[in-house]
Amino acid sequence: MDGFLLQVLNGLDKGSAYALIALGLTLIFGTLGVVNFAHGALFMIGAFCAVTLQRVLNLSFETIDETKTDFLGNPLKVKTPYVESWFGPEVGATIIDWAVPLSILLAIPVMLLIGLAMERGLIKHFYKRPHADQILVTFGLAIVLQEIIKLWFGANPIQTPPPEALMGVANVGAIVGLDLPYPIWRIVYFCFAAIIIFAVFAFLQFTTFGMVVRAGMADRETVGLLGINIDRRFTIMFGMAAAVAGLAGVMYGPINPPNYHMGMDFLVLSFVVVVVGGMGSLPGAVLAGFLLGILESFASTTWATTTIPGINQIIIYLVAIIVLLTRPRGLMGRKGVMEE
Amino acid sequence: MGILDIKDVSKRFGGLQALSDVTLSVKENSVHAIIGPNGAGKSTLLNCLVGKLIPDTGSVMFDGKSVLGRSPYEINQMGISRVFQTPEIFGDLTVLENMMIPCFASRDGAFELNALSQFMKQRDVLETAEAMLVDMNMADKRGMHAASMSRGDKRRLEIGMCLSQNPRLLLLDEPTAGMARADTNNTIDLLKEIKEKRDITIAIIEHDMHVVFSLADRITVLAQGTPLVEDDPQNIRGNPKVREAYLGESA
Amino acid sequence: MFGLDKKDTSLLIIVAIITLLAPFILNPFPEGSAMAQFNAGYPDLMQRFVIFGIFAVGFNILFGLTGYLSFGHAAFLGVGSYACVWMFKLLGYNILPGILLSLVVSGIFALGIGYVSLRRSGIYFSILTLAFAQMSFALAYSVLSNPKFNLTNGETGLQVYTDDPQVLMGPNSPTVPNLFGLEMNATYKLELGPWLFQFNAGYYFCAIVMLLVVYLAIRIFRSPFGLMLRAVKSNQQRMGYTGLNTRPYTLAAFVISGMYAGLAGGLMASMDPLAGAERMQWTASGEVVLMTILGGAGTLIGPILGAGFIKYFENIFSKINDNVLHQWFAFMPDWMENAMVFIVHPFIGKGWHLTLGLLFMLVVIFLPGGLVEGGQKLMRWIRGDRRKKKAAEKAKSTTTTEPAE
Repeated sequence: MDGFLLQVLNGLDKGSAYALIALGLTLIFGTLGVVNFAHGALFMIGAFCAVTLQRVLNLSFETIDETKTDFLGNPLKVKTPYVESWFGPEVGATIIDWAVPLSILLAIPVMLLIGLAMERGLIKHFYKRPHADQILVTFGLAIVLQEIIKLWFGANPIQTPPPEALMGVANVGAIVGLDLPYPIWRIVYFCFAAIIIFAVFAFLQFTTFGMVVRAGMADRETVGLLGINIDRRFTIMFGMAAAVAGLAGVMYGPINPPNYHMGMDFLVLSFVVVVVGGMGSLPGAVLAGFLLGILESFASTTWATTTIPGINQIIIYLVAIIVLLTRPRGLMGRKGVMEE
Repeated sequence: MGILDIKDVSKRFGGLQALSDVTLSVKENSVHAIIGPNGAGKSTLLNCLVGKLIPDTGSVMFDGKSVLGRSPYEINQMGISRVFQTPEIFGDLTVLENMMIPCFASRDGAFELNALSQFMKQRDVLETAEAMLVDMNMADKRGMHAASMSRGDKRRLEIGMCLSQNPRLLLLDEPTAGMARADTNNTIDLLKEIKEKRDITIAIIEHDMHVVFSLADRITVLAQGTPLVEDDPQNIRGNPKVREAYLGESA
Repeated sequence: MFGLDKKDTSLLIIVAIITLLAPFILNPFPEGSAMAQFNAGYPDLMQRFVIFGIFAVGFNILFGLTGYLSFGHAAFLGVGSYACVWMFKLLGYNILPGILLSLVVSGIFALGIGYVSLRRSGIYFSILTLAFAQMSFALAYSVLSNPKFNLTNGETGLQVYTDDPQVLMGPNSPTVPNLFGLEMNATYKLELGPWLFQFNAGYYFCAIVMLLVVYLAIRIFRSPFGLMLRAVKSNQQRMGYTGLNTRPYTLAAFVISGMYAGLAGGLMASMDPLAGAERMQWTASGEVVLMTILGGAGTLIGPILGAGFIKYFENIFSKINDNVLHQWFAFMPDWMENAMVFIVHPFIGKGWHLTLGLLFMLVVIFLPGGLVEGGQKLMRWIRGDRRKKKAAEKAKSTTTTEPAE
């Protein structure tokens, strides 16, 4: 029982990332009818927002401490980050320690801007073009973004540790009397993802803006006939989807150190998640994201990998193929979406 | 027993009963018009005949064989061709190529891996296609891109493509919708000519009463998913029920 | 000739002349001159030109004709390579059995993947093929390389070892890939004054194979089957209502283009007896898409042009470094020279992928018809305005006769 629950928990963090990326992909696809191959790159850029902030906060100046010497006998050079000198050593150190969660504040405007620029500058011109062209141009953009990040930050993964208070392991099963040691940051990540998913759904459900967007997803032409400026709302929607992907990336850093190709790795799987969940279905995307994340975690157990070596690498694809053969529209797909 | 027998066909979309217990028989070598106000279920009925929709209940027999559950291409191979409300042609191909494709479908069936011969050297197909273009009065347009033609020409091409297969039943879905008067009259003449020259059964859905009364041998009036009346054209004109349900509106 | 019309025959003959004379054409600059870095007449590079040409021509049969955008064609190339190397390991270094097995295995693979993927069209299809390719990559990279069952040799890549059976190898057989004794790496060097021309057996073998499959592709384009494939791209609904079953048509196109990819993979292994999983990655699939689009999807010659263009510039760009740049911009004032080097630096050497990505975007945005369309546009522009005026007048008169809708 303990082992079973542990695998479920292990699947939640990856599942959260899949769900968030798939959610954004579905939003963009449902509203704009565009398949965004650059969505993984947005996830990656989010992660690098955290890297950037961490580096900025660690910017420091050198002073010479006359009272101490290094092993050669020279006066010791001490590096003091600017933040520490401005806010005092303790507050400054805490700010640096909390760089990753603080990056959320940086990532939201940055990702929104990138999303808006992408839609206005590029995607907008492709609404009327064939799907193949949309795929190709966003694919090209994904390569460009990925290579730019590689140019700036290099090819190696960059460590982005969580705040010290959130490091380590907590026994999450203690309340119900089970022994389930689990990294705290992963719990944080899951809760964070749940909040974002909840916020997106609430936004779509309870605001006028959301209502129009949902109507637009169901039938774009009719809403257009009502005289509502649907295009502008869709632009904002694109920005939101970009922000969701970016936030998923920001907080993922401490789980897996960001590298330039993490976006593409997640993108391919997120597409599979969207297809399994059902193209155009938001709940489907979230459900399939978590399901496949958990499934992957079960397939990674020693028992599974010794029975069928490498099963953890292909399980998601296998499930996708089975789902598509038995339920061509995916788990929660609607009729009429992408049928022709 | 006609060539097409529709029996007790019902179809429901969510809360909407699009068709309820439609029974209809089309006689061989006749022109049967199906008319009715908007939302009467005419197009739904047509879609049930060609395999685009499967009715919830009922049966559709063509020449003694059921068409239900078959794919559109199988139904076409049985001898049913369909002309759409908005012309469905191969826009990227030339007019001649458009015309050759149905000829290949009639000659070779639903699939034939004929990958090494040249299609422009298949004499029999080329001749049939070109003869049909002459019949349709479009021989001068053979090299044109189909998408660049006027809507009237596209419609003629589509009708020609259907006819080149020598179908036993031709289904026409509002063939004159959106046409100018002159084009409409041309189309009526064309259909009359077809009717005289060939052994062909035509079922036509139409809004334009002028077209219906110049062509039809038999008319079924559909209202709210059920056949209201079926009769000869002269009797339909005078039928008070029909006036009320349909003609009354437009009169 | 050969069952082709005049235009296609002359096209094929031109391609044949260019490929057969490639060692001359691609080495226009004398050895040791400053321009020699732009030469491309090396056996290794020329082999890549034609092998990727085959790959792209095959991809074009699927994408160019039917419009189905596969994002997983590299998987077939990888499978072809593995199959070929296995033949080297089991039978010996004669490349014929290897290439035949590449064709068979990639064909079977394409049949399976195509059968599932083609149940959906449009975006679904692209994503499915992408997923299959990534799965194949994962299989090759780790799943199928474990001590119990080592089919791919994982990260190291599959290669021939001395203790492999190689049952058909005699004591005097060559120990490199060969065609009945003709070694693929055999190169005849011709020195003409300062020029050096290299004639490589492997290149000529690949070139002849390419000419054969290009000929086959032309036949397919002009056949009733090719017409049906174009009809699939144009209007699937009408296909169905015309009594044609689109599924087997698209599946046949998918298998044929998969076998082209497998053949390319087999040839790759025949030139260098190695097969690695990285050949199956999505970047490799993206590359063949780019080659086809860049050259001109749906055209006969486009994919070959695209493949040549990309492989040539990949080679040139990777060779250029900052020193070369400084030489190029040496005529400028120092500050300008440094600025230029700074600007160009990200795009060269290891930055080739950035250039590739930008190129990809630019082509899709501004030149969806590729180089072939660009060339045609240029020709029309050169021929002058007179025709344009005439065409404009004609267009005007046709639009006015069109009835209102």
